[in-house]
Amino acid sequence: MTVPQSRRTPLTVLAGVGALVALAGCDSTGAATDAADGPIKIDASDTSCTVSTTTAAAGNLTFEIANKGTKVTEFYLYAEGDRIMGEVENIAPGLNRRLIVEVPDAGKYQTACKPGMAGNGIRGDFTVTGGVARQNDTNAQKAEATKSYATYVANNSAALETETAKFVDAVKAGKVDEAKSEYARTRVFYERIEPVAEKFGDLDPAIDAREADLEPGQQFTGFHRLEKDLWRSGLQPDSPQIADKLLTDVKDLVTKAKTLQLSALDLANGAKSLLDEVATGKITGEEETFSHTDLWDFQSNLDGSKNAIVALRPILQAKDPALVSTLDKEFANVQALLDKTRVGDGFKYYDQLSQDEIKTFASAVDALSEPLSKVAAVVAK
Amino acid sequence: MTGVSRRALFGMAGAGVALAGAGVATGVGIDRLGEGSPAHAEPSTVDFHGEHQAGIVTPTQQNLHFAALDVTTKDVGKLRELLRTWTAAARRMTAGQEVVADGAVGGAAQAPPGDTGEALDLPPGDLTLTIGFGPSLFDQRFGLAAKRPPQLVDLPLFPKDKLDPARSGGDLCIQACANDPQVAVHAVRNLVRLGFGVTEVRWSQLGFGRSSSTSRAQQTPRNLFGFKDGTNNVKSEDTDVLREQVWAQSGDGQAWMAGGTYLVARRIRMHVETWDRETLDGQEQIVGRTKGTGAPLGQTGEFDQVDLDVGGAGGVPLIAPDAHVRLASHQTLNGARILRRGYNFVDGSDGVGHLEAGLFFLAFNRDTRKQYIPMQQALSAKDAMMEYVQHTGSAHFAVPPGLTPTSNWGDGLFT
Ligand SMILES: [Cu+2]
Repeated sequence: MTVPQSRRTPLTVLAGVGALVALAGCDSTGAATDAADGPIKIDASDTSCTVSTTTAAAGNLTFEIANKGTKVTEFYLYAEGDRIMGEVENIAPGLNRRLIVEVPDAGKYQTACKPGMAGNGIRGDFTVTGGVARQNDTNAQKAEATKSYATYVANNSAALETETAKFVDAVKAGKVDEAKSEYARTRVFYERIEPVAEKFGDLDPAIDAREADLEPGQQFTGFHRLEKDLWRSGLQPDSPQIADKLLTDVKDLVTKAKTLQLSALDLANGAKSLLDEVATGKITGEEETFSHTDLWDFQSNLDGSKNAIVALRPILQAKDPALVSTLDKEFANVQALLDKTRVGDGFKYYDQLSQDEIKTFASAVDALSEPLSKVAAVVAK
Repeated sequence: MTGVSRRALFGMAGAGVALAGAGVATGVGIDRLGEGSPAHAEPSTVDFHGEHQAGIVTPTQQNLHFAALDVTTKDVGKLRELLRTWTAAARRMTAGQEVVADGAVGGAAQAPPGDTGEALDLPPGDLTLTIGFGPSLFDQRFGLAAKRPPQLVDLPLFPKDKLDPARSGGDLCIQACANDPQVAVHAVRNLVRLGFGVTEVRWSQLGFGRSSSTSRAQQTPRNLFGFKDGTNNVKSEDTDVLREQVWAQSGDGQAWMAGGTYLVARRIRMHVETWDRETLDGQEQIVGRTKGTGAPLGQTGEFDQVDLDVGGAGGVPLIAPDAHVRLASHQTLNGARILRRGYNFVDGSDGVGHLEAGLFFLAFNRDTRKQYIPMQQALSAKDAMMEYVQHTGSAHFAVPPGLTPTSNWGDGLFT
């Protein structure tokens, strides 16, 4: 499992260009502005929605909503086309609530109270003046980067489906040795694009949850359940069903991945989180508790991270060439260490690594992760 | 040894225990002022006696030494006697005295000193000593099964727990808090010493830098993630909330626990290195508060009410579904709250180039089954912060009520 990303980068399925705009707009750290003007007061009743002023200068607008009615209400600020700029729900009768909305652009907006929390609400026009020129997010380089990475995701998800089908067949046929040798090879394609899977709520846990991470009542499914069956407990009566479900979930993921629109910032964050994943899961041997094939995952996470950086390379090269050469050097360093642990077409098992080797890996991963964590800010610049 | 020593003052005060305590504190205060130290100009002791044990709603001191012990004897009489001895020793040490009179240097030259001596010239430092009884104390060994409070359950394994048995459990616990680390260590060390043959240390934890405030008079401190921690903590001033959420009441199951509480101790390793690579925006969204002021997202001041229903662009909640403050909020937990009293720790490094750092989480609640456990279930399963932390130790204790000058820690168990 990797760091869930949904909270940091709003889910961008079909949102297209909206992703970056949304990110820029959800800077919630800003303190209330226009203290001189004071908050805009909204008196909400069951039948009216009185706004103390209907014009404001662009910036952070603070609304204070008092529910003087008898129904639970909501308050919204809409941009044109009913695009929500900000909202506050569940305002019980008699209560006051605050809403701070960042409105960077001048234009026509609407306020709305929704007594009973239903319907279109009681609307009022609201005008925002002034504002700063918005920087253009859709530059060609970013589009090119996301396009190139989308190809990488498509190739790997296709391979994931094919390999998972083979793995599942071996499990269902009871061919333990064959399934074991297929296991790590299949996971390569998952681990390379795992931040993508993280975008789809329950799919990553269903496919990749570790036994130790389960919630009470949560069924243990996916790769690691079959890993346990193959290496530890032997195939179980329900192993074939688990295998079928894995293939279904993987197919679901592949279908959904096709609709995913990633932003350049998603790529940067994904590159970093893949390495965090190495640091907390693979370096510690916690990902593959039974098969000890952690280094296969390590290599895959590294590949996925490197590919995202490759896609972003022209942008980074233009904005921070020194960062690019640091990244090149540190990626090469980690790769060289991994190469030393190669055995045949695979790697040493985690339990064959010495404490010294583990420590060397950990410090090389740290040395790479530090510059990787700077990529997002450069991309956003 | 220079100046007015602790021992000399005790000597002068003779048998007047309470007087000696006050005298020492004042004397040391003056002494320290003479050395140019601004600290502890006031006598700084916390009353050992009261309706509740000290060290729970006491304004959180700067340092912690916590020890969990196992009882090694099968002789219940010895255990009972030890609790008596510990009470007497704690009564003295929390008053700023040596563990026994003439302990460090006033005894027979041919005997080892009765007090280990490292706190001799130190001020009392608001030392509090708080005891608790673990679930295992109520097994067959001492005939205490019928005394076990129903609230004192064995904690379940939570999702993502990676518990080390050598950092978990224990028949008894001693929580020592003080504004001087050496005073806290001295107290635990001497109690442990008195227990040889009856108890042995199972695990122990040092903490520095309180990570919670338990009084409105205290500023909210920061944890090792750099965020203010425990803004929404139950405070000593909230007496109604304390009665409802912290103090066991006489009808709660075991009458001997009335005025007591239940302590959950969790050693939470924090992966500070990966956290430090997270963007500021990412960190704030994981926590659900701003890093600077500690204001909940969407609000302006630290103590502004967390508003879980505020949405930003597109109606996306400003406090994310997996944000720490949302999942820990009593609004999402049927009103359940806990009193937190945790400390930061750094136990050296982990052997692969990272700090063995984290939060030693201590929380008191009236019924762990209804408060801590559901809260931690929600956090372990959903909290975005779980990617950066790992629970490595766990223990649960029944903390008996406070003492009078003539009662002792074993009274509830053995009468
Ligand atoms: Cu994973």
